[in-house]
Amino acid sequence: MTIKTDETPKQGVVPGAGSPNSPKGPGSGRGGKGGKDGGVLNVFSHGMLVVWALMVGVPLLWVLWSSFKTSNGILTDPWGLPTSLHWENWSNAWNKANMGQYFINTVIIVGGSVIGTMVLGSMAAYVLARFTFPGNRFIYYLFVAGMSFPVFMLVIPLFFVMRDFPTGSLLTTYQGMILVYIAYSLPFTVFFMTAFFRTLPASVAEAAMIDGASHTRTFFQVMLPMAKPGLISIGIFNFLGQWNQYLLPMVLNQEEKDYVLTQGLAMIALQQGYENDWGALMAGMMIAMLPVLVVYFIFQRQVQAGLTAGAMK
Amino acid sequence: MQHGKYRFIAGFLALPLIIYAIFVISPFIQAFQISMTDWSGLVGTSKYVGLDNFERLWNSDDFWNALRHNIYMLAAIPVVTLAMGLFFAFMLNVGGRRRKNEVVGGVTGSKLYKLVFFFPQVISITIIAVIWFNIYNPDPQDGMLNSLLGAVGLDSLQNAWLGEKSLALICISAVMVWSNVGFFVVLFSAAMASIPREIYEASLLDGANRIHTFFRITLPLLWDTVQTGWVYMGIIALDAFALVQIMSVNMGGPDGATDVMPLRLYQTAFRDSQFGYASAMGVAMLVVTMTFAVLTMRFARRERIEF
Repeated sequence: MTIKTDETPKQGVVPGAGSPNSPKGPGSGRGGKGGKDGGVLNVFSHGMLVVWALMVGVPLLWVLWSSFKTSNGILTDPWGLPTSLHWENWSNAWNKANMGQYFINTVIIVGGSVIGTMVLGSMAAYVLARFTFPGNRFIYYLFVAGMSFPVFMLVIPLFFVMRDFPTGSLLTTYQGMILVYIAYSLPFTVFFMTAFFRTLPASVAEAAMIDGASHTRTFFQVMLPMAKPGLISIGIFNFLGQWNQYLLPMVLNQEEKDYVLTQGLAMIALQQGYENDWGALMAGMMIAMLPVLVVYFIFQRQVQAGLTAGAMK
Repeated sequence: MQHGKYRFIAGFLALPLIIYAIFVISPFIQAFQISMTDWSGLVGTSKYVGLDNFERLWNSDDFWNALRHNIYMLAAIPVVTLAMGLFFAFMLNVGGRRRKNEVVGGVTGSKLYKLVFFFPQVISITIIAVIWFNIYNPDPQDGMLNSLLGAVGLDSLQNAWLGEKSLALICISAVMVWSNVGFFVVLFSAAMASIPREIYEASLLDGANRIHTFFRITLPLLWDTVQTGWVYMGIIALDAFALVQIMSVNMGGPDGATDVMPLRLYQTAFRDSQFGYASAMGVAMLVVTMTFAVLTMRFARRERIEF
């Protein structure tokens, strides 16, 4: 199976770019019939694409415009645009609905675990990719096997591993959540980065070693900078996965004040049904989405390539 | 030198391996152990009960009900999602107007379409659940979907959606399709872009239309990607936990109509404290997932076409 690195979605068909290399297209030789065929299909395909784009885009825009409406307005006239901008939804979400606290919890946990995953994952991957030693294959497959374990099967024993941890319960602690997020992100990170380190030329590392650099220094000062494209892809992948993680915190992080954003949103949605402060909930969803949207718009190509690489495991 | 190398290897592997062993490998092994006990969570109170939990599971109507729903989803969701993904990817890559110098062309703005279609992939499943909870609001005037149907004169199609026993599971499945189509559009687009142009040119010269082109060229050349996508989507269909938990009436309702295995497991463990029994469900889920993956890989195998 192939791994798609961030180089992959070559926009092979960027429209309008023309393709200077292709000779005079045989399509023109087919005359009017060909053109008509393309024209009808073009209208049809555009129509379907536009319908689907609306079906996906409108619900998401709806969250944005609803976050400026009153709860009553959201309930009784869900399609209506806001009559005036109710910014208080955003402050209510941040303060009263505790989204501010949940945001900070999420940033600490995800920040710690993304950095931890990247450092530990690429260390393990580097050693597994570049050194031969007894047990290398065994350790590699041990990591890779983790991608196929259903998390639901693991959460029950995991709950007790955390609760009965020798140094005290790790449940609902930042360090406990960070360790768990790292552990569950390692399989794919190791798999992806091992493949990436294998593609890097060996000669550079050898040159560094000849110049007297230690293994550790070679790794941090030579190999890691060379692996930057791979690190960006896998870093985004882990950031999105961990930011949106729901099941693990549901089980391991049950104190309300320690909730992450996904839990906070689910709690508000589940608790009060239709008598909710819907305005604050919509603003809360925007708050939870904003960091992800920023990353998505900046790194669109890498995000798409990085996430689809996950399917190719 | 040799000594230094092994010290370096051990130093780099130790920490990742220890964390991984404690939080992933050891729970995996313990899951089998716990599934053969009647453990309620208190330290030192578990008793070995052999395969009793599995026997109880086999005779449990609730569990079969949940498993059946997962199987329905497994049968429907991957087919629909992959078909739509292939369709849109083909439209984006080959559906465009025929231009000068280009035999097959994508539609204008294919990058923008992909940006929008892919969107649900990057946001949290809880947010998706809350959005669709509002869309499915059963009130004929206030519900988003219902009021839209009313506005275009299709009042007869208005429904209680999630409150309707025969529709609830379909409604939740539709959300899973909705949120995953974009993923496959991007995945298949990348794969289609790597198919050499000459193959399309040759087939069009031979008089093939686009439908032929799709079934005779694109699909066979994409088969590997489709197959892995199938497994990937199947595993998602076997989950559905967050959507059912947040959207469905009374978690798994109405009247058990949307209950799924992960929700059964979660409630058995963390609401009823029957950890032994819930672990047996977890082992059953592993078996179902593995069976599905192996069967797909076996029956979907075609000779690989190199190009």
